[in-house]
Amino acid sequence: MNLRAVWAIYRVEMARAFRTALQSIISPVISTSLYFVVFGSAIGSRITEIDGISYGAFIVPGLIMLSLLTQSISNASFAIYFPKFVGSIYELLSAPVSYLEIVIAYVGGAATKSIILGLIILATASLFVPLHIEHPIWMLAFLVLTAVTFSLFGFIIGIWAKSFEQLQLVPLLIITPLTFLGGSFYSINMLPDIWRTVTLFNPVVYLISGFRWSFYGKSDVSVGISLGMTVVFLLICIAIVAWIFRTGYRLRN
Amino acid sequence: MPSIISISGVTKTYATGFQALKEINLHIKRGEIFALLGPNGAGKTTLISIVCGIVNRSSGTVTVDGNDINRDYRAARSLIGLVPQELTIDAFESVWATVNYSRGLFGKPANPAFVEKVLRDLSLWDKKDAKAITLSGGMKRRLMIAKALSHEPRVLFLDEPTAGVDVELRQDMWEMVRRLREDGVTIILTTHYIEEAEAMADRVGVINRGEIILVDDKAELMRKLGRKRLLVELRNPLDTIPEKLSRYALELSPDGQQLTYTYDNQSDRPGVASLLRDLETAGIHFRDMDTENSSLEEIFVNLLRQEP
Repeated sequence: MNLRAVWAIYRVEMARAFRTALQSIISPVISTSLYFVVFGSAIGSRITEIDGISYGAFIVPGLIMLSLLTQSISNASFAIYFPKFVGSIYELLSAPVSYLEIVIAYVGGAATKSIILGLIILATASLFVPLHIEHPIWMLAFLVLTAVTFSLFGFIIGIWAKSFEQLQLVPLLIITPLTFLGGSFYSINMLPDIWRTVTLFNPVVYLISGFRWSFYGKSDVSVGISLGMTVVFLLICIAIVAWIFRTGYRLRN
Repeated sequence: MPSIISISGVTKTYATGFQALKEINLHIKRGEIFALLGPNGAGKTTLISIVCGIVNRSSGTVTVDGNDINRDYRAARSLIGLVPQELTIDAFESVWATVNYSRGLFGKPANPAFVEKVLRDLSLWDKKDAKAITLSGGMKRRLMIAKALSHEPRVLFLDEPTAGVDVELRQDMWEMVRRLREDGVTIILTTHYIEEAEAMADRVGVINRGEIILVDDKAELMRKLGRKRLLVELRNPLDTIPEKLSRYALELSPDGQQLTYTYDNQSDRPGVASLLRDLETAGIHFRDMDTENSSLEEIFVNLLRQEP
């Protein structure tokens, strides 16, 4: 294992985050605060409670997930797309580094950044609403699992993308709608039966539901299923990455 | 001398169907400076990219110091430093950070003293904290070299190292290449500037349309394929070349003051001595004479011209 290489890549990725702190940390914090102002205070004051939880507190796990998903994807996809775009990827490909090491370094870097971000949003949220975390270990587990899974997903997008437009396509057209419709701002039990069934095909529902359970001990779908679905998605991403590396897809051809 | 790089039967066909390399067999000797010459699109960069692990080959085998580039890719790649043709650097990194990153990427422990030496040798030490984006083209080129040297490679690939580089920097770079060779580093360079190959290389390979059409010692190549020219300054200008001298295929300068006789070293064309005798007999007197060797460039152009 070329641990020095993993560390070198990881450090560069983290340095980029600090260099662009405004973009990578402050802007999500500001947008989360805006969600609290709009949904928590303006609208939330009329909704009062869902499942016995105040609306402001109810949306916290969903908001964290929203940022976690989009940031994991954009961090990881940008991290691998950018060297491809400017051509500096030659160095990575010519280095004595295995595919596994490349993935660990890039996905690790992207996941670390989004986990830090998730914790910052959590801290920001605690300024607006009284927070209570029933299963902190599970909360962290869901946070890490989701960050890693979606960083892997972002890594795949970054390798697949041939232009900046394609890079934005999946997050914008698929992930954001799925997250908004995945129960960030409402319980899926509030939906009419037919829409509730449709919603169950949305993988993000399971992420948010499981994550919310770790906070309040209440969930839309059982926590076991949530965990299972997250792991399944993780395995799918791992399989795709393995295929990419076996074939050299869009990297060594 | 045993070869440090062995390329056997390597082919590359891109997904578009374009066959970039057809059956390449090439052996690079340890410690030599090898120049790979070829026109644009001949397959130089593809060949280098395959050896360095950037592009997958379609068939064939490549070993670096006995290590197969697939099976023992770690051992093979850690021996190689690559300076690509394009200036591709993460523009927002500092010089110091990016060179240390390269060293780490190749699995070498941090060694600030060594990295400092590399930067000083390449006159980049003053710029160690500057971001790559602020450097001039020539400095970026040197930074790319510093990155390639940061992990102490035994084989250095320089793909068009002096393209777009001013004369002074080019001289510095040649000097650096010579120093590296003295340290036992094998150097493979591709170049358009044939004078570069002429000045530096021990051996020369010519590649055209994906095939190696010739590999030879530079001196041998110039001896075998080189042409010589004899320039004769006449005392009295001539209007035409006398019939008797037609077998020499002489060229007369427009002012009639100079005759040029071109011959190659191995040709069966009559020699210089007989020409001089025949001039004497024809009553043509000369003031001075001079000979010129053809350059590698002319040899190269002739080779490509002979290709079907």
